[in-house]
Amino acid sequence: MSETAKSFPRPSSLKVTPGTEAAQAAYPYYCQFQPGDDDRFWFYNSMHFPEPMHHFDMITAEAAYCALGAFNTRVHVLPTTKGIDHRIINGRVFIGGVPVTDPEEVQARAEEFQKRGFYYYENWEDLYAQWKDKMKALIAEAQAMPKPHLPDLEPMETTHTGKGIAANQELIDTYRRQLNGYYTMWHHHFEFLLLGYGAYMTFFDFCKTAFPEISDQAISRMVAGMEAEIFKPDEEVKRLARRAVELGVDQHFTPDMDIDTVLADLDKVGRDGKEWLAELETSRNPWFNVNVGDGFYHYHRSWNDDLSMPFAALPGYIEKIKAGTNIERPMDQLIKERDELVRDYRELLDTEEDKATYDQLIELAHRVFPYVEGHKFYCEHWYTNLFFNKIREFGALLVEHDFFEKEEDVFHLTHYELESAIIDLMLSWSSGSPPIGPSRWPAIVAERQKAIDAWAGETVPPALGEVPDVIDDPAIVMLWGITRDNLDMWLSDGESDPNEMRGFAACNGVVEGIARVIKSVKEIDKIQQGDILVCQVTNPTWSPLFQKISAAVSDIGGSMSHMAIVAREYGLPAVVGTGNASQKIKDGARIRVDGGKGTVTILEQPAEARELEDA
Amino acid sequence: MEAVAWFKDVGIADRPTVGGKGGSLGELTQAGIDVPAGFVVTVAAFEQFLEKLEAREPIRPLVEALDPQDIGAATKLSEQLRARVMGDEMPEQVKDALKAAHAQLCKDGQPVAVRSSATTEDADDASFAGLQDTFLWVLDAEDMIARTRECWSSLYSVESMTYRRKQGIPEDGVAMAVVVQRMVNSRSAGVMFTRSPTTGDKSVITIEGAWGLGSSVVSGEVTPDKWVLGKITGEISQRDISDKHARQVPAPEGGGIVEVENESDMRTAPCLTDDELLALREVGRRIERHYGKPQDIEWALDQDGKVLLLQSRPETVWAVKDAESTPVKKPEGKAYNHVMAIFGGKKP
Repeated sequence: MSETAKSFPRPSSLKVTPGTEAAQAAYPYYCQFQPGDDDRFWFYNSMHFPEPMHHFDMITAEAAYCALGAFNTRVHVLPTTKGIDHRIINGRVFIGGVPVTDPEEVQARAEEFQKRGFYYYENWEDLYAQWKDKMKALIAEAQAMPKPHLPDLEPMETTHTGKGIAANQELIDTYRRQLNGYYTMWHHHFEFLLLGYGAYMTFFDFCKTAFPEISDQAISRMVAGMEAEIFKPDEEVKRLARRAVELGVDQHFTPDMDIDTVLADLDKVGRDGKEWLAELETSRNPWFNVNVGDGFYHYHRSWNDDLSMPFAALPGYIEKIKAGTNIERPMDQLIKERDELVRDYRELLDTEEDKATYDQLIELAHRVFPYVEGHKFYCEHWYTNLFFNKIREFGALLVEHDFFEKEEDVFHLTHYELESAIIDLMLSWSSGSPPIGPSRWPAIVAERQKAIDAWAGETVPPALGEVPDVIDDPAIVMLWGITRDNLDMWLSDGESDPNEMRGFAACNGVVEGIARVIKSVKEIDKIQQGDILVCQVTNPTWSPLFQKISAAVSDIGGSMSHMAIVAREYGLPAVVGTGNASQKIKDGARIRVDGGKGTVTILEQPAEARELEDA
Repeated sequence: MEAVAWFKDVGIADRPTVGGKGGSLGELTQAGIDVPAGFVVTVAAFEQFLEKLEAREPIRPLVEALDPQDIGAATKLSEQLRARVMGDEMPEQVKDALKAAHAQLCKDGQPVAVRSSATTEDADDASFAGLQDTFLWVLDAEDMIARTRECWSSLYSVESMTYRRKQGIPEDGVAMAVVVQRMVNSRSAGVMFTRSPTTGDKSVITIEGAWGLGSSVVSGEVTPDKWVLGKITGEISQRDISDKHARQVPAPEGGGIVEVENESDMRTAPCLTDDELLALREVGRRIERHYGKPQDIEWALDQDGKVLLLQSRPETVWAVKDAESTPVKKPEGKAYNHVMAIFGGKKP
């Protein structure tokens, strides 16, 4: 029992920010806080949703939780946990687990799980091969969807083929199929994920018991796959850098280049330039379908949509290649190191029984890990990217018909509202009368943009409601790294050294430097060589940045977050899951990151922040 | 048997004649670990010396006749016997052998450390019995011989004699070897455990160290810096740099050591660099592999930062617990049965 009477605020005590009531009310009714919610524990899902949610983007939360819960609760039938409930207030998504506590129910579910979940483990490779086919088919289907378009008159072909369906029907058909595809993608996403994490966690727990002081990093390094898709985009940038040098066109890539000019110039400089452009095309499909964020927001654009991220990395890589520095991932060596690590830890086990168990667990972890590492590229990046771009096309069509001003405004509508706007447009096209939307949506869009701006500056409590004595919901622990320990840490915030923050030690090393607090992806270009990246959630597709920074700190993430994996690859000191480093540390502060201990210390806040505090 | 045995010629198996410390230093030397050069004044030297003493007046029968409860008598006997060990004539051949060995070891007059090296099976018993003696920065052969006698004489301390009587250990087998080793004027020194002293974890190495001679760490007079390193990964997962107020250094004259205050910037500076920590880890792993079990090690870094080993013995506290421990988790029919520990609400 917890003796400290401290707890987080109750959901009912949170007030909707004045002036944003209408925007709050426009989120679907099923994600508004309910009276009974005060008795439950909720935490702010800043790992996936670190910024206020545009109304359309809430589709990611509901699609993901529909799928996550379906697999936990009713497909694999996890014995001790069901799904995730989600609520939104002031643009922030709070989530709560649904643990199963009745021993009889746990027992009954355990029996089911051993028939269902175990079938997946038994047939992992076959099912995963099948998964990739399913995902690729889903991606192909999304790629084949027509661009939403309303011709003045139906093409003659409709008449000649006896098609019998007009363009306005195709509009809603595309929209609904695209929505279906997105929900389906999330089902695929969760088909394997919890089982994969579970197998990994089993090995993790064994190691922590056998070697109480083993670092999380050492365990991750033993499990890490070497060929994971997530390394590919950065590998492609390195390849392009190498090709630029080989083709003698590297002088075009400078830190202050204008990308369009560079592309146009390369097209003009003859065969070598054209050859490089062809190389760029092969890299772009599919590997530049990575978002600069985690793929949960419409504005996390892909490298393909905005080449500035991969291009920002090119000059640095080119310089290194020309200086003779090897920038390749030494595959053979990485694999050898991993195998040695696995062997050397095994040697330290006392009994033959422990060695046998260890062999079983590492083998299982290695079997499941390709999925855990690889799925994100197909789901959160490639598919999500296609999805938001298709919605953007609907935005452009609605702009064309004066529903609102900018294509991006479409994301201020919920997916229901967007469907209604499309039907409005369909009706108008069919009747020949003007649509109603143009008199309705501009004011709403403006109001919601104002709300998002207001919410963006707010400090969000990390959790709400009653603190449970133990958190043993495996889904919460695995996916969000939330444990009783870090709740206590969040609660005790302010009592210990106010300048020190703790998190997961993600990658070893001590670095002092200037903190660059990146609140959104758009601020990435603030980062200078040698800065320490401080952000809410770090993302593997930022990896080209890693050659620039000297350390990384994030609010959210466990030692298996992709960020941690990439940091280890680059040997960059990193602390993840600090809770609130990006709020406490001011941009430009001098900080120390100890990636071995998992601590971040503010050494000196920047001048203007100090003045504010003194005042 | 010779009165003197060089480190390179002895090993752990020679414990009965060179004692535990001498045998261990010999073993390490033979294994190619950098150990400051030295020799052992063997049990044979002690026996010859005692034989000469007893030829004049008995020693062992007096100890055997002692009533361990009679502290007064024990104190008196101890004073008497220790005075004889310190003062009586030493056989010429023993004295010559020690002087010759010293001359060979310290060609340019380097100082030595003189330490007792007990022959009992368990070195911990020996320390309980008051047999541990160490003399640092001993300057010349005469002094070295005097310190050797002092080590020998500790066999006749009140604690030592009464301990033997209480345990019923026959005096006939009681003997002592003495290690004479070139002194390292260390920049930093300390101890290293090749497993965690707090959790018993065999996958980490704990290193503690301070400026100057290692005696300040071993005696506990200075709070040492402490690091925890991954034995296998080499990652430095913990760094506790303490305020090291003083260090022990050779006395400016007359031999022995003195304590000096550390300057302020030195107090809080780590006494080892990361590279040095990793070099120590390498040596620790080699020794552990050589013995096949976790070790408790004393080390020093010379002024050039070279790692030297002063002592290594098997770790004992956790070794006892290991013998009683059960497997972490038994193997299952199928690997995935293990996931029930995560999903099934069952704790492993």
